[in-house]
Amino acid sequence: MTVEATSARGPETLPQVVIRFAGDSGDGMQLVGDRFTELSAMFGNDLATLPDFPAEIRAPAGTIAGVSAFQVHISDHDIVTPGDTPNVLVAMNPAALKANLRDLAPGSTLLINADTFEQRNLDKAGYAQNPLNDGSLAAFRVYEIPMTSITVEATKPLGVKPRDAERSKNFFALGLICWMYTRPTEPLVDWIKKRFASRPEVFEANVAAFRAGFNFGETAELFDHAFEIKPAPLPPGEYRQITGNVALSYGLVAAAQAAKLPLFYASYPITPASDILHELSKLKNFGVKTLQAEDEISAAGIAIGAAFAGNLAITGTSGPGVDLKSEAVGLAVSLELPMIVIDVQRGGPSTGLPTKTEQADLLLAMYGRHGEAPLPIVAASSPSDCFAAAFEAARIAIKYRTPVMLLTDGYLANGAEPWVLPDVDALPDISVPFATEPNHGDEFWPYLRDPETLARPWAIPGTPGLMHRVGGIEKEDGTGNISYDPENHDRMTRLRAAKVAGIANDIPLVDVDDPGGADFLVLSWGGTWGATTEATRRIRLRGKLIAHAHLRHLNPFPRDLGEVLHRYSKVLVPELNLGQLSKLVRAEFLVDAQSYTRVAGVPFHAAEIENKILEMMQS
Amino acid sequence: MTEGTGNGAGTSVKLARKDFQSDQEVRWCPGCGDYGILTAIQLLLPETGVKPENLVFVSGIGCAARLPYYMNTYGVHSIHGRAPAVATGVALARPDLDVWVIGGDGDMLSIGGNHLIHALRRNVNLKILMFNNQIYGLTKGQYSPTSEVGKITKSTPFGSLDHPFNPVSIALGAEASFVARTHDMDRKHMTEMFRRAHEHQGAAFVEVYQNCNVFNDGAFDTILNKDARPDMLIDLKHGQPVRFGTEGQHGVMMNAFGEAKIVEVADVGEDKLVVHDETRVDPSLAFALSRLADHPETPTPVGVFRAVDRPAYGASMQQQLVAAVERSGPGDLRALLRSAPTWTVE
Ligand code: SF4
Repeated sequence: MTVEATSARGPETLPQVVIRFAGDSGDGMQLVGDRFTELSAMFGNDLATLPDFPAEIRAPAGTIAGVSAFQVHISDHDIVTPGDTPNVLVAMNPAALKANLRDLAPGSTLLINADTFEQRNLDKAGYAQNPLNDGSLAAFRVYEIPMTSITVEATKPLGVKPRDAERSKNFFALGLICWMYTRPTEPLVDWIKKRFASRPEVFEANVAAFRAGFNFGETAELFDHAFEIKPAPLPPGEYRQITGNVALSYGLVAAAQAAKLPLFYASYPITPASDILHELSKLKNFGVKTLQAEDEISAAGIAIGAAFAGNLAITGTSGPGVDLKSEAVGLAVSLELPMIVIDVQRGGPSTGLPTKTEQADLLLAMYGRHGEAPLPIVAASSPSDCFAAAFEAARIAIKYRTPVMLLTDGYLANGAEPWVLPDVDALPDISVPFATEPNHGDEFWPYLRDPETLARPWAIPGTPGLMHRVGGIEKEDGTGNISYDPENHDRMTRLRAAKVAGIANDIPLVDVDDPGGADFLVLSWGGTWGATTEATRRIRLRGKLIAHAHLRHLNPFPRDLGEVLHRYSKVLVPELNLGQLSKLVRAEFLVDAQSYTRVAGVPFHAAEIENKILEMMQS
Repeated sequence: MTEGTGNGAGTSVKLARKDFQSDQEVRWCPGCGDYGILTAIQLLLPETGVKPENLVFVSGIGCAARLPYYMNTYGVHSIHGRAPAVATGVALARPDLDVWVIGGDGDMLSIGGNHLIHALRRNVNLKILMFNNQIYGLTKGQYSPTSEVGKITKSTPFGSLDHPFNPVSIALGAEASFVARTHDMDRKHMTEMFRRAHEHQGAAFVEVYQNCNVFNDGAFDTILNKDARPDMLIDLKHGQPVRFGTEGQHGVMMNAFGEAKIVEVADVGEDKLVVHDETRVDPSLAFALSRLADHPETPTPVGVFRAVDRPAYGASMQQQLVAAVERSGPGDLRALLRSAPTWTVE
């Protein structure tokens, strides 16, 4: 936090700040985090967020397991990560303090709801002594604020009962932070009004709490001044804030329009993918059909049926659901029908860490089916990029009549950032014609391929004269009739592989960010884009040369990837798994790619990658 | 493409059985009951007026599941147990199509039991024909979820311990709006049941007793042998007292517990017999009738157990889309992207 201007009274200007709101799951931390994010977005900052909530809907109140946090990074310049370490921690109870303190650097600011630091809560958090009194917080700037009691006081004139009033304390915290970072308050008041329109007493209590927090900052003389983070000079355009799951949903809708196909989404509820189902199920006036299936397998089967019938068919899930869908996805490979399988990756194996992020399903996407069953894999790199990634997945699926695996992750799904809205009129036409005529004399051969794409014709039911049967049994090349012929199976296996491999000619070359002269390349994929980008920026600020390439397509790889990797003497692959992409590129290109991995359920800190690069530069 | 009644648009050109036969050689074992069922379907379809291109046959895995290959229609031979799911996708994506699901007892009641009950519960417009031969044929003779207790098979050399399912009871329990039973020895009855299923709007479930002459030959002989039939098959007829026997001497009566019991008409008098009503919204009567035969070795009801009106899922889904457009106008992607507050950077 470098200080650019200081004045005793006016706000001090900062280039950026990372704030983490932490409290009990019932304390409404996600809500105030969202609000602060939106105010900052509207104010013109660049930003990125990292929500972090427990898997249990209501873990025991006051315990470490029940802590819910929301981190937001706001800046006056272009940023790509939610920030490594918070500069400010709002801790609504002892558990929130304990769970988050280890992430803080000395000198950071702690805003603590002092009312909650009594014996019962200290016990629940596992504090033997009150950290507010035992000197353990000496390295921090600690502000003990009786947030609950001030909130209760402030709402008393409204006739709110103390127990109800307590619930508004998150708005007190938000008010205080809004004062500290000179956020406009009116949009927030308007929002509260709208949100709680049907419950005026709640609306009034929340506004009173919010104002009390704001005024507390101004009048309590605890703080000598507020801070200000000026708007960021973002590229011109119309912006909104968006999370990955919403961006992905919109990307699918856009793709369906660009493909002139009805959208059919079949899914089974699963964290962290359910919001895609929620979002799409609202969009009935777009002709979007959604179905909450009885299980993951059914959702995949329904999507296959919808694809056969001529819809843009999608099934979305997380890792455990992909396991279950594997057999159906193999069928889609064999039927050669367009379909998108979304995997919003989370910590595994098994139930793993449902609400935490990981990128450990790459090899599952790549190889997780019996037999030779290759399919294209597309991965999103940031929350807003989920829009473009979904569109690209649809383009490939439709053009090549193949299931496509679309990988995002828990961080991208729930993280938010400003998004410059795309021009919907400029979206490319990705439609393909359905087959309408016989293609082999007066016969229709469902497996007679397009010589260029190797895609088979998509002839949908209702088309006279093109009746045909498809199935999971090996098909004769061309006719599609059942065939157990060994040579035919060899040929068909190679054809399916060649079709997917050939997509390499239809995707961009690797976009290498190399200012020139670097002999060290960092290769990232998926949600590690932000942390890797930030790490390489920092390396360059240190005056060192570094190149960065990020992969959107994981299968097939861009056709020049091998050549790019061989240009550098050092290649580092940071991943939130135990080295899956590094394995693939080592196997594919015989390149000595070094793996840097972490599976802690959270995105990389840029500093972690930065330090790894520095370490490798020294060796 | 999205409108329609879902039982295939009619045609004015008169079609024949051959119009529904594909060029593929039928490869069931000689003497298999599946042949007769295939014939019944192919004879029925020309009478319904449905065009071959509007038909989709979806199956899972098993001997029965090969049927789509023999139909000159659209078809998907999918994976074990998942046919009701795949067919649900077809039927909901395209309510104009006439979608049939073909499978066996292992496919639909074991590995795919979940999909079957949910397709029935949702009332997806599907004609579901379950060929019940009480055995796994394609995997060469293991006991199935409808095999009797004690059955000796390759996987149960000391006899099966599993209590079997009664498929009609399952379908009724799963809220099916149409449930019928027929058998492969009576083409006329089969055709009639398939016709009724086809006319039904919503999910129609038909259990077809089918002889697997290789692995479970004669499983239904007790009830289906020509001389046995009059006394062993209870032919359910809507609106008529439930009676059977060569002279109609046996009948079915409800006892005080709501259980159906077989009685001699002479003992109780005809007016004590239960009158079959397939349209009862409450499935209790149909269920009680389905429990008459625990297993097809005692007098067993065949015919339509239940045929009630309930909105078909595809039609309801379509209505929601139409209502949404009426309410908010057709979807506008530009506006959707701006559904949250926006700001402009110059
Ligand atoms: S194994 Fe049985 S069910 Fe299968 S085709 Fe042969 S006779 Fe028919």
